[in-house]
Amino acid sequence: MPLAREESSPLFAGTAAGTLRLIFYLTMAMVLMVLDHRNGWLWRLRYTTAIVVEPVYRLASLPADGMHALGVAFADRRMLTEQNQRLREDLLLANAKLNRMAAVAQQNQRLKELLDTQHSLELHVQLARVIGVDLGAYRYRMMINLGSRDGVKVGQPVIDAHGVMGQVVDVLPTSASVMLVTDPDHAIPVMVERTGLRTVAYGSRNGEQLTLPTVPMAADVRVGDKLLTSGLGGRFPQGFPVGEIRSVNPAPTGMFLEAHALPSADLDRSDEVLLLHDLAEPAGPPPPPTPAGPPADQAPAPASSAAIPRVPLPAIPSSSAKPGATQTGVPQT
Amino acid sequence: MSRQRVSFWWFVGTLVFALLLMLVPLPHVLEPFKPYWPALVLLYWALESGDQRITLGLAFVLGVCADLLNGVLLGEQALRLCVLAFIALRFRSRLRFFPMWQQTLAILALLLNDRFLLLIVRAFAGEATPSALWWASPFVSALLWPFLFLLLDDLRMRLRIQ
Repeated sequence: MPLAREESSPLFAGTAAGTLRLIFYLTMAMVLMVLDHRNGWLWRLRYTTAIVVEPVYRLASLPADGMHALGVAFADRRMLTEQNQRLREDLLLANAKLNRMAAVAQQNQRLKELLDTQHSLELHVQLARVIGVDLGAYRYRMMINLGSRDGVKVGQPVIDAHGVMGQVVDVLPTSASVMLVTDPDHAIPVMVERTGLRTVAYGSRNGEQLTLPTVPMAADVRVGDKLLTSGLGGRFPQGFPVGEIRSVNPAPTGMFLEAHALPSADLDRSDEVLLLHDLAEPAGPPPPPTPAGPPADQAPAPASSAAIPRVPLPAIPSSSAKPGATQTGVPQT
Repeated sequence: MSRQRVSFWWFVGTLVFALLLMLVPLPHVLEPFKPYWPALVLLYWALESGDQRITLGLAFVLGVCADLLNGVLLGEQALRLCVLAFIALRFRSRLRFFPMWQQTLAILALLLNDRFLLLIVRAFAGEATPSALWWASPFVSALLWPFLFLLLDDLRMRLRIQ
């Protein structure tokens, strides 16, 4: 007499009900994905469930913090002394530089006042700590421990001691997510320090480098050139170091040069970062001066209406790839 | 009564712990080798107690929770975990009695399939294709599987829960 097999787990044939259930759940998951891709639900949901999500993040960052604390606790005295010595030298050097810069800054300020521009060399910053959480997918984002309760807004630039790190893309009540400059979806307007050439630096696929795919063929760009933020687009203030050119080759299309640069900020190692508060200019280049020509009744009619449309260069994550992330309240010009 | 409750909380605890492990960052060099913990724990329970505990609905909820904590798209991990749970439950009666090395190979195949799914989802979402090292994670997970399985089994025996 054959053994009666249990019906609940058949050895070979599955039940139709199970397959139907699978199809149902897969459809639900796909609907969720499409809706999220269109509307950016994920961060809204995260914001509403922040009371659960944020403690979990803090909990998950405990091991990393613990390792850090252990590293400090077990570092021997000699190493600490050396580090202290080095930091002191750095401080001395920085102070000396600052003292010399103070005079130059003042002069610059005066000249700029003469020129009637509004760039300021002062920084309004807020110190933030990085929360060691793996945000999954590719590692081009990080969490910091300040959020909307501390006045953090989407779009604020984040820097460290060496250069630009990225910008805030999503905000929770007491934490925020920062998109690094090496994210493939990120673009930042830059300027070559030596020649003043302006171009745009994108993140790259491997997340280690910056790519400058549209350098003109005739442009003078060399390995070792420093990149600064150009201030165009109004998202990043002018003059912060972004990276250093590591290679320049003709692009595959043959129409441009393609340069690769190493970001100057310590993207992997930073524990503490600075959030910039003064957003350069709210909307790109300053408004064009009102045309001061001959009186309107004497001027030819079509010429005055041919004002150049201003197109602010977007320093925001490219909206084609991540519409959800940018629609959640980026102040579009 | 109390034993049932203990076993229930043990079950939930392992799942929550897997989610936490998923969030814990590794040193930058080891990052691509990080195993997909929720999938491993889910597979363990699917093989161990079958559809008494693991249902597609539970896999879906776990996936949405994982997405909420770390994710690019809401529903992405829900989809992947649902597929994993479905295949594991369907072949459970065979997988359970495999010797350990065969089971490990089966887990490897499941996780590779999972990566393919993820790649397809990413491609549809319009993201860049990841580097070759990205494929290392399923192999590491499969290598860890025997140890995880034995550890969880042993703990279960010691706590005398089902």
